[in-house]
Amino acid sequence: MKAARGLLGEALVPVGTLLGALALWEAATRIFRIPRFIMPAPSAILGEGWEWRYRFIHHTWVTLYETLGGFALSIAVGVPLAVLIVYSPLLRGALYPLIVLAQSVPKIAIAPVLLLVLGYGELPKMVVAFLVAFFPVVIDTATGLNATPPELLDLSRSYRASAFKTFLKVRLPMALPFIFAGAKVAITLSVIGAVVGEFVGSDKGLGYVILSSTSYWKTELAFSAMILLSLMAIVLFAAVSLVERLACPWLTPEGEA
Amino acid sequence: MIRLDGVAKTYRTRKGDLVHALAETSLTVGENEFVTLVGPSGCGKSTLLKLVAGLVPVTRGEIRVRDQVVREPFPDVGFVFQQPVLLPWRSVLDNVLFSVEMLGLEPRQYRKQAGDLLELTGLAGFETKYPHELSGGMQQRVAICRALLPDPGLLLMDEPFGALDAMTREEMSLELLRIWEERRKTILFVTHSIPEAILLADRVVVMSPRPGRIARVIAVDLPRPRTMDMEFDTRFKTHSDEVRSLIFSGRKERG
Repeated sequence: MKAARGLLGEALVPVGTLLGALALWEAATRIFRIPRFIMPAPSAILGEGWEWRYRFIHHTWVTLYETLGGFALSIAVGVPLAVLIVYSPLLRGALYPLIVLAQSVPKIAIAPVLLLVLGYGELPKMVVAFLVAFFPVVIDTATGLNATPPELLDLSRSYRASAFKTFLKVRLPMALPFIFAGAKVAITLSVIGAVVGEFVGSDKGLGYVILSSTSYWKTELAFSAMILLSLMAIVLFAAVSLVERLACPWLTPEGEA
Repeated sequence: MIRLDGVAKTYRTRKGDLVHALAETSLTVGENEFVTLVGPSGCGKSTLLKLVAGLVPVTRGEIRVRDQVVREPFPDVGFVFQQPVLLPWRSVLDNVLFSVEMLGLEPRQYRKQAGDLLELTGLAGFETKYPHELSGGMQQRVAICRALLPDPGLLLMDEPFGALDAMTREEMSLELLRIWEERRKTILFVTHSIPEAILLADRVVVMSPRPGRIARVIAVDLPRPRTMDMEFDTRFKTHSDEVRSLIFSGRKERG
C-alpha cells in the first residue's frame, strides 16, 4: 500500500510537469499566434497524427523493421567479433584497429555511398543502423568476457574443462550483463541509424515522413512522426530491458526489485 | 602424498624483468596431513599452491603427487580461494554441482552427495537459494562444498577465510576442522593469520619473501580436536612467538 502510494507520487511529478509544459505550449501558440509551420500547437500535432493514423501504421512498421534488422545484425556480428578479439591475440591485433576505424568514420557520411551500392530498399537502412549500433556491442561484450574472475578460470582449468566448456558455462554467462548493457545502447542507436538511412533516400518510413512533410511546410506532421519515433525507441529499450531481466534474474535481487 | 624437490618458480614480467616468486624449495606432505603456509605478502604461498595444482609449470625442480610428476592440472584436487567466486545465475545446489560438471561427470548422480555436504556445512534448506541471498560466510561454505563434492584427495585453500569478518572466521576454522575430521584429506592451507595457521595445522610452514622460500617448518604440538581455548595454551604461545619472530626477523634483516 505504502509502496503503491510512493510509486504514484513518483509518477505524479514528471507527468504533471509534462502536462503543464504542454498546456503552456498550447497557450503560447494561441496567444502569440505563432504560425503552425514554425511551431504547431500540441492539439494540431495530435489532430494531424490522428488523421494520418492508418498511413502511420505502414511507415512505423517500415522503420521498426529496419531498426530491428540493424539491431539483430549488430548483435549477430558484434558478439562473435568480441569473442574472436578476446580469445585470439592475433585477431585482436588485426581487428581492433579496424573496428575503431569503422567507428570513427561518421556514419551519416557513409550512408549515401551505402545506398548507392545496396540500392533503395530496407537493406541499406539496416546496414546503416548496424554500423551505428555494433560498436558498443563489441566493446561491452569484450569487456564482459574479460571480466570473469581469474580464480574461476583457474578453477575450470584445474578441473581440466575444455576452453569451449569454460566459455559456455562460465565466461559467456558472466558476460551477459555486459552484453545487455551494449544491447540497450545498440537498440536506441539502431533507431537513429534507420532514420539516417531514410533521410538519405527512401519513399517510406518515419524518417521519410519527417523529411517530406517539412519540405511541404507540414511541421505538425513532422512532429507526429518524431513522437512516434521516440515512443518506438522507448518501447524497444524497455523490451531489451525486460529480456535482460528475464535472462539475468540475479541482477535484480528480490529486495530491490 | 606431495613431494616438492628443489622447486623454483621465476616469472618474467611484461617489462621483461625476472621475478623470483619461489626460490628452490623442498617439502614433503603426508597423506591426510593438514599443512598451513603462513608468511607476509610476496612470499610465494599462492604460487606454491598453483604449482602443486599444476596450473603453472615449475621453472626448476619437480613436484610429485602420489608419485606422479605434476605437469598439468589433475582431477584429484579441490580449490578454494579467498573469494567464493560462485556463479550468480546458479542456485546453491547447482553451484556445488559445478565441480563435477566441469570434471565431465554426470551431475545428477551427485545430487544426493551435494545435499549431504550442504547439510554437513549447515546449509540444509538453502539448496534453491541464489548466492546473492547468502552472507559471505555462507557463500564460502558453498565454495567449500563445491571443492569437496568430487571427493578430492587434496584440498588447496588460498586464504579461504581472508575476506570474512573475525568472528565468522573463527567459526569457519573450527567448522573446517570438523569437516576434515569426518572426511580426511590432505590440506594445503595458505593464510596471513598466525593464530589461524597454528590452530588448524599439523605442521606450519613459515615462509619469507623476496625470493619466496621456506624459513622453517614447525610441527604443532597441540592435541586434536582443537578448540578456540587452545589459544591460551602455553604451547600455542610458544609456537606463535616462534612464527612471529621468524617473520619479523626476516623483515629486520632486509631493513
